[in-house]
Amino acid sequence: MNPSHEARATSTVSFAVNGELRNVRVHPMERLLDVLRNELGLTGAKEGCGEGECGSCSVLMDGLLVNSCLVPVAQADGSNVVTIEGIAARSLLHPLQQAFLESGGAQCGICTPGMILAAVHLLEKKPQPTPAEIREGLAGNLCRCTGYTQIFEAVAKAVQPRVAR
Amino acid sequence: MRADPTDYKLVSPGSLQGVLSLLSAEPKRWLPIAGGTDVMVLYSAGKLPNRNLVNLWNVPELRQLEVFPDRIRIGATCTYSSLRNHAIVSREFPLLATAASWTGGIANQNRGTLGGNIANASPAADSLPALLVYDAELTLVSLRGERRVPYREFHTGYKKTVLAPDELIRDISLPRRFSGYVTYTRKVGARNAQAISKVCLAALGRIANGVIQDVHLALGSVAPIPLRLTETEQLLIAKKIHSSLFGTVRRTLIQEIRPIDDIRSTARYRTAVAGNLVVEFLGKLTAESARS
Repeated sequence: MNPSHEARATSTVSFAVNGELRNVRVHPMERLLDVLRNELGLTGAKEGCGEGECGSCSVLMDGLLVNSCLVPVAQADGSNVVTIEGIAARSLLHPLQQAFLESGGAQCGICTPGMILAAVHLLEKKPQPTPAEIREGLAGNLCRCTGYTQIFEAVAKAVQPRVAR
Repeated sequence: MRADPTDYKLVSPGSLQGVLSLLSAEPKRWLPIAGGTDVMVLYSAGKLPNRNLVNLWNVPELRQLEVFPDRIRIGATCTYSSLRNHAIVSREFPLLATAASWTGGIANQNRGTLGGNIANASPAADSLPALLVYDAELTLVSLRGERRVPYREFHTGYKKTVLAPDELIRDISLPRRFSGYVTYTRKVGARNAQAISKVCLAALGRIANGVIQDVHLALGSVAPIPLRLTETEQLLIAKKIHSSLFGTVRRTLIQEIRPIDDIRSTARYRTAVAGNLVVEFLGKLTAESARS
């Protein structure tokens, strides 16, 4: 096989997306972001900067927050991916989604899926974060509407025990 | 222009032996990719010259962080998250743990690797001055065998290193002999989060009876390579810290660094700040040594 023909070859990547096993026929260097959006129809992850600065393409890969624009899909083979579409339990919003709604944590909405996934990741690592830890946990997610105060408030609100609200 | 994935090839041997075999068979053909936080940025922008990539992300041999009585050995694809969350790294190598926490946001720390940062060889990388002051040693491997290289000899010019085309950085060793030292690191950038440094200093030192016994200083973003300040260190050894010394320190430091004007700062600003940071470190060294 000559190199150019070889390079054009697709391969099958298998990974769990929001709990469901998916097999996709793709080029190994396709970005996870593009495969999620174009092959699997999961358009919650957004392309902002395309260079890992803005966090709007954030997803969880094996429980870790990653920028899906910087992940060649071959590296997701065998992994467990969670996108914003997999955060709610059917019609019941995740506590963070509910808190974003109640606190006005979304304006135009482009950054919101990434913000919520970054917050999910943070609360899994640190269930009772300080305000400084909330800011650090979300430091890789930019909001062009600059609604940071409401976003931080939403995360803080989700931290409080549900019964106390 | 956006890259076309069909123009690229990415193979995943899944073992160190498999990766080294590829590099050995066609040394200049393959570009290793780990967490992709540098490579994928170039790729997405259509600026990645290499068309053939070899995946290191799923190579378990490169992922281990091992603790020995006299050193720790960090596998090249250990991520910044794994470093900053590691108990021994946090306790005995705080300069590295702190630098890891500065490197991008959480998502990039979950993917960015120490070996990748070294191989990418940016003089502005925040973790590299910390490796210089901790006297890091690299293990470079190829099918020809392995060799150990002091990290301070690894960078030979802007983005130039001693790494041969068939070689890979396997691990980074740090000697465990700095626990009694006073440490200091400060990054000066446009803002705290996700900003590339204008100047970054990592420093450690030890004083006995008011006299400097040992001192290590390294700066990022002031030269074509991450720079250990050997002459400034020599000047300080066996001296008592006093403000009368600071003028000589600044003059010696200016002789060592080679800062430039670029999009992030100016040579003049970098020179002034580099001197300020070293003086601030000497103040901390005096204060903490007096307290203990």
